[in-house]
Amino acid sequence: MDDTEIGPGADPAPVVTLEQVHMSFGPVHALQAASLMISPGVCIGLVGHNGAGKSTLANVINGRLAQTQGQVQYRGEDPVQRNSQNAHNAGVRSVFQELSLCPNLTVLENLRIPYRTMPRRSWRRVARQKMQDALDLVFPGHSIRPRATVGDLTIAERQMVEIAIAFADRDREPSLVILDEPTSSLDAAIAQQLLDHIKRFCSAGGAVLFISHMMGEIFEVSTRIVVMKDGKIVEDQAAQAFTRSSIVDAMGHVAPEADTADNGLSRREFGPEIVRAANGLNARAGEIVGLAGLAGHGQAEALARLFFDHAPKWKPAREPEVVFVAGDRARDGVMPLWSILRNLSLTTLPEFSPRVMVDRGREANLVQSWKEKIGIRTENLLNPILSLSGGNQQKVLFARALASTAPVVVMDDPMRGVDVGTKKDVYQMIRDEAAHGRCFLWYSTETDEILECDRVFVFRAGQIAAELTGDEITEESILHASFEMQEAAE
Amino acid sequence: MTDKTVLTQARPNPARTVLQKPWLWAYLAATLTFAATSMIAGSDAGSLFYAALTFASFSAIVGIGQMLVITLGPGNIDLSIPATMTLAATLALKFMDTQTALILPGLLVAIGVGIGCGLVNFILILLLRIPPIIATLSASFLYQSLAIWSNRGLRIKPPESLAEFATGGALGIPNVALAGIILATGAWVLLERSIAGRWISAIGQNLRAARLSGVPVNAVRFGIYVNSAVCAALTGFLLASFSGGANLNMGTEYMLMSIAVVVIGGSSIGGGNSNVPGIWGAALFMFLIVSMLNSYGLGAGIRLILTGLVIVGVVTLASRKGYDA
Repeated sequence: MDDTEIGPGADPAPVVTLEQVHMSFGPVHALQAASLMISPGVCIGLVGHNGAGKSTLANVINGRLAQTQGQVQYRGEDPVQRNSQNAHNAGVRSVFQELSLCPNLTVLENLRIPYRTMPRRSWRRVARQKMQDALDLVFPGHSIRPRATVGDLTIAERQMVEIAIAFADRDREPSLVILDEPTSSLDAAIAQQLLDHIKRFCSAGGAVLFISHMMGEIFEVSTRIVVMKDGKIVEDQAAQAFTRSSIVDAMGHVAPEADTADNGLSRREFGPEIVRAANGLNARAGEIVGLAGLAGHGQAEALARLFFDHAPKWKPAREPEVVFVAGDRARDGVMPLWSILRNLSLTTLPEFSPRVMVDRGREANLVQSWKEKIGIRTENLLNPILSLSGGNQQKVLFARALASTAPVVVMDDPMRGVDVGTKKDVYQMIRDEAAHGRCFLWYSTETDEILECDRVFVFRAGQIAAELTGDEITEESILHASFEMQEAAE
Repeated sequence: MTDKTVLTQARPNPARTVLQKPWLWAYLAATLTFAATSMIAGSDAGSLFYAALTFASFSAIVGIGQMLVITLGPGNIDLSIPATMTLAATLALKFMDTQTALILPGLLVAIGVGIGCGLVNFILILLLRIPPIIATLSASFLYQSLAIWSNRGLRIKPPESLAEFATGGALGIPNVALAGIILATGAWVLLERSIAGRWISAIGQNLRAARLSGVPVNAVRFGIYVNSAVCAALTGFLLASFSGGANLNMGTEYMLMSIAVVVIGGSSIGGGNSNVPGIWGAALFMFLIVSMLNSYGLGAGIRLILTGLVIVGVVTLASRKGYDA
């Protein structure tokens, strides 16, 4: 491979060019016909909803994912190797949302990992110096020692180390740095240092792809703004052409508004309050309570805590207080060795079996009736659960919880992989169950599901940022609440 | 719609179902080794079978306890079985002091020791959050030391009538084997038919999902660890009565044996999927393979190598994945 020095500004060709790139995961089209050109010296702000395809786009550019269609060119050259190698040679660096440092290694050892041509002899001294320089460059006045173990650092410090490593002068100089929500764990002053560095870096000829939900930051550093929606790039213009509200508009409304008005939810009477958590989350009998906000802002944790606080650890409950519908099926729901029947009946075993033995007749009846009620597509309920499609597995998990008599149903983004028709059926089922006095706590990343709720708590950074009821539940107000606190902090 | 419709369309061809059972291989291997041993001139098939049943029952009982522990999923194992056996046998025999009248209380002493050891194991695992492999191993030093301290190197004899019971038989089947078969049947009912059995399997497949489905995880794990220790204690009691007394290394070989019969029996070492009939097949096989190689007059070295190879072979055959209805 050629070893010519590639520095910022040394080459007028665009760092990376995407032409009609598609990326699909099975039936899911995460990226459709995306075309994008990133030239040296620009900072592109990338915005969009959760699941709009931002991270997929970033991962195609840095070579972690190979596009299923289309072409990715680095520095205007035709690809000669795998994307990841091309991206590395072109000086593309990434900082991800989920931190990717090795916690058991020291800071300087973490720099050593991507620095493939570090001199062998006394490399620790070299790495320490490079790390110190990189941290001083991006975050002047920091107090991170390069010999510290990463696991001992705070989250913010780890994020700083990761950013510094991305901008560090290594075997190649960085030409494009992809930052995926880099400021989510940084405080305002440190975040400002990062923004200042991005500006310095770009004016020296480097390129940055800056992914963030924080509009203030996007407007501060971006020279161009790209808006994504449903896997497509819907806007790509100079930053001056946008205003905050035009960006929110471009990000799009997931559900048509007409749909929400006539679902007849808002005029119902609710029972007494039956759920109250320390963080202010509460719910009444018969109510559908939504947990909204950006993904990973504490909704799932709040639900899990709520469940574990009320679930038995020692004594099995014949009348459980709360049941759980998992969204992350493999981690939280499916028993992979079991049949559909056993998976479905697990939660309700003590409810329909009077004694210690499983009442297999009642079990078969229960499962058969839920198969018809929720439409599980299988010829034989004794088939392994893994023979079902993801959506049908999800239906089994729904039935597992709904079959119980528990007054509170907790749902952790349960509609992943469920098709539109079934979704409508399940919405209807949830409404019916709520009308009979059941209470639902529903975390969802999809706005049209949140719009089904009677009351919505918007989460931000692990806390409730807003409580919306009735007509206040709109996509705009949810988005505003998701962003409000950060803008106040700026 | 009745349950009949569901269940008839549910059951496939019974012959095929049997062929898919992972315990088949353990029995096949046991039968082959039995045949190979019986063919040697001068050996008596009847007495070989009787001996196999007797010795297999000790492995089978500890194996049942270990199997339930392993079913709880990766990381779950009980390494305190040998020490628990020794301690229970020592204390029980010492308590009985060769008096026939004290046999029943002696049995209760053994079971009590088992419950105590299981409790200690579980406290270490749950409250102190020590991984089971370390917790049970370190606890076993404690039990072993207690046994040494209490018996001071003497061989304690069982009461006469208890020894007769342990070496005797009924209906052509050794008494200890009858005990083993009863326990295995109980374990099968527990696993296949009871709610607790579903819970055990669910925990072994996915602990987090089991918890989120309302399974009382701690209670189940508690019961399983105590059960394993009680099985070990009972085996120690029977083995000491059978072999004429408790001694300090009586449990040694059961450390590996308890795990081997679980694996050869077709239970999934990754948890969630257990197999009671296989325990007995594997226990018979483990005895028969040694006696086969013995009767062919092979030296100890060759015998160990062949035992290892045969175990690897059976595990390979048995570990082909099957689904539980």
